[in-house]
Amino acid sequence: MHELSIVQNILEIANNEVKKVNAHKVDQIDLQIGYLAGVEMDALLFAWNACVPETVLANAERIIHLVPAKAKCTNCKAEFETEDYFAQCPDCNEYLTELIQGKELKIKQLVVS
Amino acid sequence: MCSTCGCNQPSDAVTIKKFGEEESLHHHHHGHDHHHAHHHHTHGHDHHHGHEHHHHHPEKTVIEMERDILSQNNLTAARNRGFLEAKNVLSLNLVSSPGSGKTSILERTISDLNNELDFFVVEGDQQTSNDAARIHATGAPVVQVNTGKGCHLDAEMVHKAIKKLAPTENSILMIENVGNLVCPSLFDLGEGQRVVIMSVTEGDDKPEKYPDMFHSSQLCLINKTDLLPYVQFDVEKAKSYASQVNHHLEFIEVSATKGEGMDEWYRWLKTQRGIE
Repeated sequence: MHELSIVQNILEIANNEVKKVNAHKVDQIDLQIGYLAGVEMDALLFAWNACVPETVLANAERIIHLVPAKAKCTNCKAEFETEDYFAQCPDCNEYLTELIQGKELKIKQLVVS
Repeated sequence: MCSTCGCNQPSDAVTIKKFGEEESLHHHHHGHDHHHAHHHHTHGHDHHHGHEHHHHHPEKTVIEMERDILSQNNLTAARNRGFLEAKNVLSLNLVSSPGSGKTSILERTISDLNNELDFFVVEGDQQTSNDAARIHATGAPVVQVNTGKGCHLDAEMVHKAIKKLAPTENSILMIENVGNLVCPSLFDLGEGQRVVIMSVTEGDDKPEKYPDMFHSSQLCLINKTDLLPYVQFDVEKAKSYASQVNHHLEFIEVSATKGEGMDEWYRWLKTQRGIE
């Protein structure tokens, strides 16, 4: 359940940003979450519902941009989408791959008022 | 709201205690209040219903952020890393499921190498100082971090623990994380290297089931090899699964109780320490 820590971090950042511009609440929050970021979406939603009531995020529309995972083969340099770490290169069948996308865990944008 | 499980119980207090000292330090993880703890959401909606904005503050500000959600943790981790590097401290974050033998490996390692290397230890557990007591008995300075309901150590806890420990130059700092093969993988503590431990009493497909931890580690210790004759654990299969997840991963097979393979682990430590 590290998702609760994640939501608490989001809340902390949102609080600070709202304060900085003398706003009162967040209307929209855009999150960017990589497919292999290690975040269980159900757990995140559960944590969200537990954490945000009576905070600046209480009525925020939450938009989640899921980022697909991509790997690059260190053998033949091919780049390809993957859904797990066992990324066998579709070109040369090697497992010598590096993840180049899919670990994102970011707040992209806040709309506050 | 309590720190990690989302329940309504109070006390997200984390305790950080130098073993053998009376005083303990409480810090509340996130300084928010608990007023909202009594809200129960039973309808499981997910806020995608486009709330109409309130009209008291009609002007909206768009803040472009591109900010890492764990940026605060990562910043603190970078401070830890800088401090440890400046003191030339070799720091290892030991991660595994509960019961794989992290503490036993540490006990034996410290006892065997006490004359050659200086060890400092941070013990992470949800409750009790049992592990710190075991390490204390080896003579190494140890700080116990009790995460309460927390399922992982974070950089801030380690920051406070390091302050209490005050590791000396050229020493080795062992950070034994909370036994959990999932959550700790996301939290950089500022360690130099991450060591994942699996034991032969677990399934050999663990790297496939919990790939994150294997993906983020540099060394994999396979412990309890003395039990291999009695269990269905295929060492080569386990290594091959783990290598598919992370082809940089190194492996050392050890038995912390019988001592088999520990020399290779000690050589690895000394190489990292730069003395062999």
